[in-house]
Amino acid sequence: MLQNKSFVKRTRGGKITKVVREHYLRHDIYCGAPVCKVCDTSGARLSPTASTILIFDTNVVLHQIDLIENPAIEDVVVLSIVLEEVKNRNLSVYNRVRALCSNSLRKFFVFSNEHHKDTYVTDMSGESKNDRNDRAIRVAAQWYQTHLAGSAKVLLITNDKENKRKAIEEGISAETVESYVRSLSKPELLDLLVQPASEDVKMEDAEDLRPSKRKVIYSEHKPMSEITSGLHRGIYHQGKLRVNRYNPFEAYVGSESIGDEIIIYGRTNMNRAFDGDIVAVELLPQDQWHEEKSLALADEEDEEEDVHLVPGSADDAPRTIAAQGSAGITEPVQNRPSGRVVGIIKRNWHSYCGSLEPMAKPAGGGGIAHALFVSKDRRIPKIRIQTRQLENLMDKRIIVAVDSWDRLSRYPSGHYVRTIGVIGDKDTETEVVLIENDINTRPFSSQVLACLPPLPWFVSSEDLANPIRQDLRQLRVFSVDPPGCKDIDDALHCTALPNGNYEVGVHIADVTNFVHSGTPLDDEASQRGTSVYLVERRIDMLPKPLTEDICSLRADVERLAFSVIWEMTAEAEIISARYTKSVIKSCAALSYIEAQARMDDSRLMDPLTTDLRNMNSLAKIMRARRIERGALTLASAEVKFEIDTETHDPLDMGMYQIREANQMVEEFMLAANVSVAEKILKHFPLCSLLRRHPSPTREMLEPLLRTAAAIGLNLDVSSSKALADSLDSAVGDDPYFNKLIRILATRCMTQAVYFCSGDLSPPEYLHYGLAASLYTHFTSPIRRYADVITHRLLAASLGIYKLPTIFQDGPRLTSIADNLNYRHRNAQMASRASVELHTVIFFKKRPTDTEARIVRIRSNGFFVFVPKYGIEGPVYLTPRGEKGSGEWYVDEQQQKIRKMDGSISYSVLQTVFIHMEIVEPQPNRPKLQLSLV
Amino acid sequence: MEYVSPEGLRLDGRRPMEMRQIRGEIGVVDKADGSAVFEMGNTKVIAAVYGPREVQNRSQQMNDRALVRCEYTMANFSTGDRMRKPKGDRRSTEISLVIRQTMEACIMTHLMPRTQIDIFVQVLQADGGTRSACINAATLALSDAGIPMRDLVTSCSAGYLNSTPLLDLNYVEDSAGGADVTLGIMPKLDKVTLLQMDAKLPLDIFENVMQLAIEGCKAVATYIREVLLENTKQLEYRRGT
Ligand SMILES: [Zn+2]
Repeated sequence: MLQNKSFVKRTRGGKITKVVREHYLRHDIYCGAPVCKVCDTSGARLSPTASTILIFDTNVVLHQIDLIENPAIEDVVVLSIVLEEVKNRNLSVYNRVRALCSNSLRKFFVFSNEHHKDTYVTDMSGESKNDRNDRAIRVAAQWYQTHLAGSAKVLLITNDKENKRKAIEEGISAETVESYVRSLSKPELLDLLVQPASEDVKMEDAEDLRPSKRKVIYSEHKPMSEITSGLHRGIYHQGKLRVNRYNPFEAYVGSESIGDEIIIYGRTNMNRAFDGDIVAVELLPQDQWHEEKSLALADEEDEEEDVHLVPGSADDAPRTIAAQGSAGITEPVQNRPSGRVVGIIKRNWHSYCGSLEPMAKPAGGGGIAHALFVSKDRRIPKIRIQTRQLENLMDKRIIVAVDSWDRLSRYPSGHYVRTIGVIGDKDTETEVVLIENDINTRPFSSQVLACLPPLPWFVSSEDLANPIRQDLRQLRVFSVDPPGCKDIDDALHCTALPNGNYEVGVHIADVTNFVHSGTPLDDEASQRGTSVYLVERRIDMLPKPLTEDICSLRADVERLAFSVIWEMTAEAEIISARYTKSVIKSCAALSYIEAQARMDDSRLMDPLTTDLRNMNSLAKIMRARRIERGALTLASAEVKFEIDTETHDPLDMGMYQIREANQMVEEFMLAANVSVAEKILKHFPLCSLLRRHPSPTREMLEPLLRTAAAIGLNLDVSSSKALADSLDSAVGDDPYFNKLIRILATRCMTQAVYFCSGDLSPPEYLHYGLAASLYTHFTSPIRRYADVITHRLLAASLGIYKLPTIFQDGPRLTSIADNLNYRHRNAQMASRASVELHTVIFFKKRPTDTEARIVRIRSNGFFVFVPKYGIEGPVYLTPRGEKGSGEWYVDEQQQKIRKMDGSISYSVLQTVFIHMEIVEPQPNRPKLQLSLV
Repeated sequence: MEYVSPEGLRLDGRRPMEMRQIRGEIGVVDKADGSAVFEMGNTKVIAAVYGPREVQNRSQQMNDRALVRCEYTMANFSTGDRMRKPKGDRRSTEISLVIRQTMEACIMTHLMPRTQIDIFVQVLQADGGTRSACINAATLALSDAGIPMRDLVTSCSAGYLNSTPLLDLNYVEDSAGGADVTLGIMPKLDKVTLLQMDAKLPLDIFENVMQLAIEGCKAVATYIREVLLENTKQLEYRRGT
């Protein structure tokens, strides 16, 4: 049967056109109930014993998706019209519904009502689209009711009063979500219900129980039409709101229209916008541009400062020092435009991990309590929720979703989604870390696993006969990695040539021999982007057989590799470089310690040790040359744990020791990456994936310069070379001084990022930290997807494989690079969070006294860095909350804090002794506290 | 964009291997020697054939066979407000050539030396698959004109979207940017007379898509034969034999 659907549509050019589309109605669309006598039941999804079949309307699906995902909701018929509307309104909900429908464990069936001959409804004149679709839903519900007459009850779930009334008139059973959930007599399900915004005003406030005090807190959001015209006239500016991770009362909106970031101070100006929302911003009058800051800090509560890991880069560190709460400092922020949010164009609401704010007595009656949810992500404001299981949730990590935020509420309201586990429990907290950083820990799907070669896998005679593959099995290849490393990406060899030169090879696991472009395996790896290393767990980018076996360049087995082979003089000058796919057989998988021990043991003269020593001396020259060029040798404070094999609790922690052997391997990896970057860029100037590290601006280095000035150290930051030199000459009386300065410098730099060479101009390709004009990642394809891309580029530049078509799609490449940066960043944050978590567990049973360095002065104390454990945190001289009570005063110039009577003073970089201990100021909220001994 | 839902339905409700509704009608232009209208879904094409007749331009006359000419146009109203190009643009010239070559391959031109055959095709309504519809209309019109042919030529397109081979793309699917194979075959002789493809496809997938298009062409051939048979019956009836 054929229907022509015609509708009018506004084209992109603004013209109105009439569109006529064919619409076929079919006889072969089945009901999905296995008990049905009429239909083909091969694709049936509903359970054979279903007594009630549910049909949801669009709004119920859109708003109650958390409830629908709960396993208590089963035997659902999802109408195609509902799916279509949901897809248009909220893609992420659509994807969640689709996931339910395709999940074989759930009983969700998609009924294509729009193409069924009996359930298609034609438009009636004067009927709105919504009314038409509601009618279509009722018609489908009625069809089901007649079709399944007797064998199951059909229940339409709608919160729309009018729709429900009409349904009942037409003889369809219909109920609201709430009454349906109540009828299930599972009270915990009620927590999952989204509270309608209209009821918000009537609801008692969790943070304020006096109804009379309810007042308008936020200004109204402008209607969309006004925003659009405001954007057109240039009064408003559109952009994505980014909340400062370390000061949630400060946010930034990158605006293309004014070519700068607009700063938004305070929650009032943020006007209910969340991090990641697309907002419309109005600039404040220029005379308010810097007064706002002190105001913002004065009228908002001071957020807590926890002990955390030492930042590895500026991305981990607070954006400005002044924002850290030294309210007394008048920071000269010149001409940074500031503004306020006037409307939200697109919400970025999702669900958040956290816990309930401890409170004395449950508020509210009748079993329903109101509580405030505090997200682990500090950028998210507290969220009000209603719960019937308050006692039970108090000590849990839970997930909460946001529903609405009206002008009268200080906080948004949301609803409980699920419980992760008990706060402080290692597994719970690890899961929180993974969820927060959007890390996919699901097992690999069967489609992905189907792409793996059959096991056990061996190098085959075809591999050896393949003309593109060189047989390098006779070479003395070895690998050097951290102890216990199972995913060995790289191996090395170094052969002395008769002419006095050396042949040096870097052999990288040939991952692209197994991971082919466009396969499910490749898509999955591309999505994951990187393996994630937690203290006691690794989340792999590629399935385990590839990661630990087939690709891993283990000792004494033949493996496929992609090799970079140089001829070098004894002065480490590269004479020639060649690239080839190869077969290697590693003779030893050494740990850094073993390699170091071999080199240091002068009695050992075996060939392998000689190779190591030769390589090491080449590496030293290369390193010296790199530093001469201006590469920064920055210091990071990496911590390692010794983990109890039985309890998995940390037994000991200490700084990760960097040995010469580490530096040797690093040097050759850098050289290989640079060589490959040059090679691929030459062949593919527009679609190479490179890695750049932007030069830090003077503003970013400001904290370093201020500290340096306070101790009378003069740093030249005009170029990376100048900075490197001044860092070298910054030697104080104490041996740790230089390292401390380097750590301070490191945290001023942003991180390096991936990009597509076509998106930037060559001068922007610079890698500042390595002082390299070109850089890429080639050497770790087992654990980084960027390297997989680079391998494909290199193979194509050698003409041995064709470049996959995706490389012709510029925007797609850019989005791949963006995803890699996002995944990379999240993986790092997860690693840090995991270390922090284990630090807390470690100190739980071990209160410790240790040495610390002051790194920053605050109005009520100072921030210390604890070198032994790589952490930093606040030490309070006056109790929290009474900042600047008068007993202490801060000398901003000299970065000192003095007691008023002059008896004691502390200055920056000074050594202090501190006591570290886990305290629980509130039940179930353990935190590490630092105090002066 | 989702062109095939997980339930296996395309945007207009067809399944991947299904063609749109087709309809053919013979003898719609009385003045012409042969004419036909052919519809594939909302794509509607009219074809008129003149000839064999005297060659207008003597210099083009061929002593061993007939001259076949083809003119393809799109009615100005055929696309609604969609982009429209003036007559004689490159696309029209190209399609004219494609149709001419395809039809020429099946016309027994050696039987009609020193004559010319004109095929006019005009798209009345465009909704994807216009080339195929034009060829099918031209086949009907040539048969109507009684021009001797080796076999029918029928055409159908197939494409590849969302990793699924799709038969007979409509405009929305056609503009999705996936591969699009237009195929013309002589069903009895089992020969391909036209094969065009936009975009690239791996060989194994291409074979599947091509196989699907062949099935489509055969289905069109069956239908065209029915139309011709019906038409012949009508003629017989009118003659009263
Ligand atoms: Zn049925």
